[in-house]
Amino acid sequence: MSMDTSGLNGVMQNAAALYEKSRACLNNFKSWVQLDSSHLSDGRQLAVKYFTVAVILFFAQILFGLLAATQFIYPGFLYEILDFNVNRMIHINAMIVWMLFGFIGSVYWFLEDESGTEVVGLKLGNIAFWVFTGAVTLVVLVYLLVQIGPGKDSSLWFINEGREYIEAPRWADVGIVLVVLIFFYNVVATFSKGKWSGIAGVLTLDLVALAGLYVAGMFYMTNITHEQYWWWWVIHLWVEATWEVLVGVIMAWSLMKLLGVGRKIVQTWLYIEVALMFGSGILGLGHHYFWIGTPEYWLTIGGFFSALEPIPLVAMVVHAVYDAGTHAFKNGNHPALAWIIAQAFGNFFGAGVWGFMHTLPQINIFTHGTQWSASHGHLAFFGAYATINIAFFYLAMQQWRGNVWMGGGSQNAWRWKWALGLLNGGVLGMTIALLIAGYEQSFIERAVEGSTWGGYFAAQNHPSFQNAMAWRLFFGSMTFAGFILLVWDLLTIGKGEARKAPVIIES
Amino acid sequence: MNETPLWASESFWKKTAIWVTAGSFLILVVLTMDSLSKTGAGSKRVPSYAVINKKIDYQYDKALHKSMPVIGENEFLFGKEYTEEEARQWVDLGKKTTQAKNCMNCHTLLGNGAYYAPDLTKAWLDKGWISKDMREDMMVKFLMDPENNARTFGSNRKMPNLTITEQEARGIIAFLKWMSSIDTNGFPYNFKTIEAEE
Repeated sequence: MSMDTSGLNGVMQNAAALYEKSRACLNNFKSWVQLDSSHLSDGRQLAVKYFTVAVILFFAQILFGLLAATQFIYPGFLYEILDFNVNRMIHINAMIVWMLFGFIGSVYWFLEDESGTEVVGLKLGNIAFWVFTGAVTLVVLVYLLVQIGPGKDSSLWFINEGREYIEAPRWADVGIVLVVLIFFYNVVATFSKGKWSGIAGVLTLDLVALAGLYVAGMFYMTNITHEQYWWWWVIHLWVEATWEVLVGVIMAWSLMKLLGVGRKIVQTWLYIEVALMFGSGILGLGHHYFWIGTPEYWLTIGGFFSALEPIPLVAMVVHAVYDAGTHAFKNGNHPALAWIIAQAFGNFFGAGVWGFMHTLPQINIFTHGTQWSASHGHLAFFGAYATINIAFFYLAMQQWRGNVWMGGGSQNAWRWKWALGLLNGGVLGMTIALLIAGYEQSFIERAVEGSTWGGYFAAQNHPSFQNAMAWRLFFGSMTFAGFILLVWDLLTIGKGEARKAPVIIES
Repeated sequence: MNETPLWASESFWKKTAIWVTAGSFLILVVLTMDSLSKTGAGSKRVPSYAVINKKIDYQYDKALHKSMPVIGENEFLFGKEYTEEEARQWVDLGKKTTQAKNCMNCHTLLGNGAYYAPDLTKAWLDKGWISKDMREDMMVKFLMDPENNARTFGSNRKMPNLTITEQEARGIIAFLKWMSSIDTNGFPYNFKTIEAEE
């Protein structure tokens, strides 16, 4: 049997050439950004790896969001190539995962500082990082290329589970739990070797809940009421309880480091926040149990406790703004502090006010499952979680450059200011546009037309809905522009800055 | 005096945080056990799967001030009566198919999901199927070939072809019929079914 190997050789040569070319590109890029990793400890080098992937996934989130937003206006766009459900799934999954990467990175960022020792299982942490990143890549490729499967268990195990936010196939669920357990081990072992603190204690208990809750969503059930019951355990108790506490922890540490707020003040606030957050958020879960078949008492319990959910967020605003004020906003990293203040307000308005607006069952019966939820979702996820991660990206860049000055009078400060403005303005604009669409849907589809399919489309075809969708795409593009500027700024900020950051001392 | 009062002390709030969290979680666990026991298939709120053998409607109850599912006389699905186990298998196939086809990232089910396509909670009862005689046939055809049986209501939004087999389509319909019988505390509000008189 003879085999023509010239074709194969050609492919090999091309592959080698491509490899060389991409290596050259990477080297050019490295010499352009001029980042020196020797400024970072090993633990922080692991943190910036997580941050890098987080930024890439943030890009994916915005990109697929724009595709889905376009389909609302031009339904034929990418029809049967990349349908709305694929784009929307990647849009929300990329969001969940980039925020998780950001949180894990943020914890690795302060772990050594807070515990006073090196990360114990650094090698394991690095392996977990690559496994997680590889798994995410594979999941997204399957989402894009395979998309759907037959109505069999194998589809749920290897393609997607078809459940909003936790679509990842079952094999990936197992992987996520393993990665979180490795992360959890690293956190606990490092604090045990070094020293424990109030922040460390809250973080540890929160991570137990975070990993444990995910397991609640890993089972298939025929009974959709039961399935959605457990599904909300994961989604709600993650984003409206454990994630919020995680952000409280990250915020507490950053206020100490950024402004020099005293540990006693920060930790007392953290405990107050945990009490209020879990006190309202755990039973606030009930606002997802109004209409899925669960008993009527959830209308009362869910309505009452979820109405209290904004209170801890008010406390967080007071905490951040008051501390920044008493320290006269004096700090060595203006972009990071600006994003932390944006977090305090974004969390309060997005999660607190926008959540409260439609959380009572008397109004929720009209708004549930309309663009109201999308409006709330956009401002809440961005305000509460994107902002704090971006603040940490700036903290990381500062150290990566060798603790340079990033306070007043920095070069090219317009970039971070414009990125801040465009991103916040873009998301706020989308939020308002979606809110208008939600109002219109609640009135026309729900109240007037009685929620039939005919009513649904009557609302979708209405000019005020159509206009809202156009505005959403416009503000989505603004968000995208802000993202591009943000990345450019992150890569260049502090380059060529000779001044060192001031030393912040705990007061 | 420079002492921190009890209510502002770290240890007070630490204890409060622990007790509040533990207490809330305990209540949630108790309520979860209660809710799950009241919503098993075959309970008052979530009927058994064999309900697909019955006529289902959703009517406004003046005394309760909300719409409630109404389960009537026999009305077989695809002209056949199923045992509870057979019915469960059909609903299971349908439910699994809706997940494998990622329906939830366009539609909402029980109001949860994405907002690009209509809610499926009471899809079985929707007037969009024109008449009860045509309903089953229309639904199968639509699910298997949504492009050529498109129901866009003037929106130009078309469901893509999801390579749903006839078996899977029948499963989905069984699942939708069963889901429409769940007591959802009156959601959606003011819904007029295919059974309602104009």
